[in-house]
Amino acid sequence: MVERRPFVTAVSHVVLALGVLLIAFPLYVTFVASTQTAQDIVQVPMPLLPGSHMVENYVAALKGDYDGAASTAPVGRMMFVSLVTALVIAIGKIAISLLSAFAIVYFRFPFRMFFFWSIFVTLMLPVEVRIGPTYKVVSDLGMLNTYAGLTVPLIASATATFLFRQFFLTVPDELAEAARIDGAGPMRFFWDVLLPLSRTSIAALFVIQFIYGWNQYLWPLLVTTDESMYPVVMGIKRMISGGDAANDWNIVMATAILAMIPPALVVMLMQKWFVKGLVETEK
Amino acid sequence: MEKRVRFRSSTLPWLLLAPQLAVILIFFFWPAGQALLQSLQQQDAFGTSVDWVGLENFRRLFADESYLASFKITAVFSALVAVLGLAISLTLAVFADRVVRGSGLYRTLLIWPYAVAPAVAGVLWLFMFAPSIGIVSYALRSIGIEWNHLLNSSQAMTLIVVAAVWKQISYNFLFFLAGLQSIPKSLIEAAAIDGAGPWRRFWTIVFPLLSPTTFFLLVINVVYAFFDTFAIVDAATEGGPGKDTAILVYKVYYDGFKALDLGGSAAQSVVLMVIVIALTVVQFRYVEKKVQY
Repeated sequence: MVERRPFVTAVSHVVLALGVLLIAFPLYVTFVASTQTAQDIVQVPMPLLPGSHMVENYVAALKGDYDGAASTAPVGRMMFVSLVTALVIAIGKIAISLLSAFAIVYFRFPFRMFFFWSIFVTLMLPVEVRIGPTYKVVSDLGMLNTYAGLTVPLIASATATFLFRQFFLTVPDELAEAARIDGAGPMRFFWDVLLPLSRTSIAALFVIQFIYGWNQYLWPLLVTTDESMYPVVMGIKRMISGGDAANDWNIVMATAILAMIPPALVVMLMQKWFVKGLVETEK
Repeated sequence: MEKRVRFRSSTLPWLLLAPQLAVILIFFFWPAGQALLQSLQQQDAFGTSVDWVGLENFRRLFADESYLASFKITAVFSALVAVLGLAISLTLAVFADRVVRGSGLYRTLLIWPYAVAPAVAGVLWLFMFAPSIGIVSYALRSIGIEWNHLLNSSQAMTLIVVAAVWKQISYNFLFFLAGLQSIPKSLIEAAAIDGAGPWRRFWTIVFPLLSPTTFFLLVINVVYAFFDTFAIVDAATEGGPGKDTAILVYKVYYDGFKALDLGGSAAQSVVLMVIVIALTVVQFRYVEKKVQY
């Protein structure tokens, strides 16, 4: 702060508080709705204080134990599918990007830069611009309704490869020299020197890629038709069937809260790395 | 930049690159190539015959009223999302940069929507704006606005814009805050000593110095509005009423997977590809220029 202006400081707090309220209000309404009975919610206006049906709503959602007009697949299963998918995508992206960045920075071989740029231009080919043919490839490979189908096509990462390449370039040459003199092979150097040095970047990328994997919607929509393979983010949409009052909004809202908890926890707990990683990855 | 010290091996680098190359070849380049081919072909309804039709699909596409309408919808949608999202988050970031006490708390409370899936954001706002039971539509009705986004297309557009902006504020906020914190304090102090108040300082010093961040975020937000909001649209309005909120990405999906018009959908994919390439080029030209300021 440059100068003392109590009035401006007060205004700052008011504006920020309003911002927080604006951001938090939907979350609050969702939470309240998830603690009511379906009948209470369709009362207009719906109550704005938490009800007493929280536990039973969440249990019903997790087990899929209610009569809904649309899909009533158990959310517990969906959460599991989402968790596996998000972990495989995050870890897979980091692993294959570390390996390719290592190859590109520490070896000399024909077409090296060509490969680097081929990885890089995948930035310009998001799922949305090639959905039809990609779907066909996955279905020809028999990967519909499998974890492989949900994860492998999303596992290439231009941003992660680029980030690790930039990072490896800043690692002093002396380290690689010393390792060579001591008789360590390339994989030993990678495992014992580069990986420990990359810990911070790996943590930051993990947060970003975990959220990316957890929040996938269009891709699961294409490759899963079996309720037991729905990730929760996509399953929640299947629980809504159109008419306002026809849905079990209490269950839908409980599912929304459940779907938000894991990525929100990852962001809040790993905030320091996440913020650093986000600001650095994108630039 | 190049490394002086390298390892020697003729097979190892290929093995290290293999997984990434396999994925991009099978799931990126091959399908993208197929999309290019299909955009020049016409398949009959049973998939028994394929004809080369040249640019016919594109000609048909740009003669199609609903496609041109979708372009207009996407333009309006992304302009609204980018401008509102940037304005709100810049305001919040400027004030958050100012407060000393509680800034960490405000940051934590403002960034969590980044973790919310677009589809879930769509469902939350759909619930609050549900015409007969939603809490916001109830409030609107009590001040005389009859809310029904299932019938009124500008209300449906409002709904998806609100959901998309809400979800994106935290991302923009983080970048603006980082940008603000990197502005040298001495500049601001010098201006303050010369008698410039906070308002004047913001417009003559802070805002110009922040312009690289703002421009970067503008591109990112347009990309977000074009591509990542598919889930919001699908969850909240399903492109309705009619086709009035069917943004380009939604239309590709709908025409390819619901209406099964393969050639038309592939041609739309190619148009989208051109748009992404253009946006990426703009973004990287900026990255190179940024260094100079």
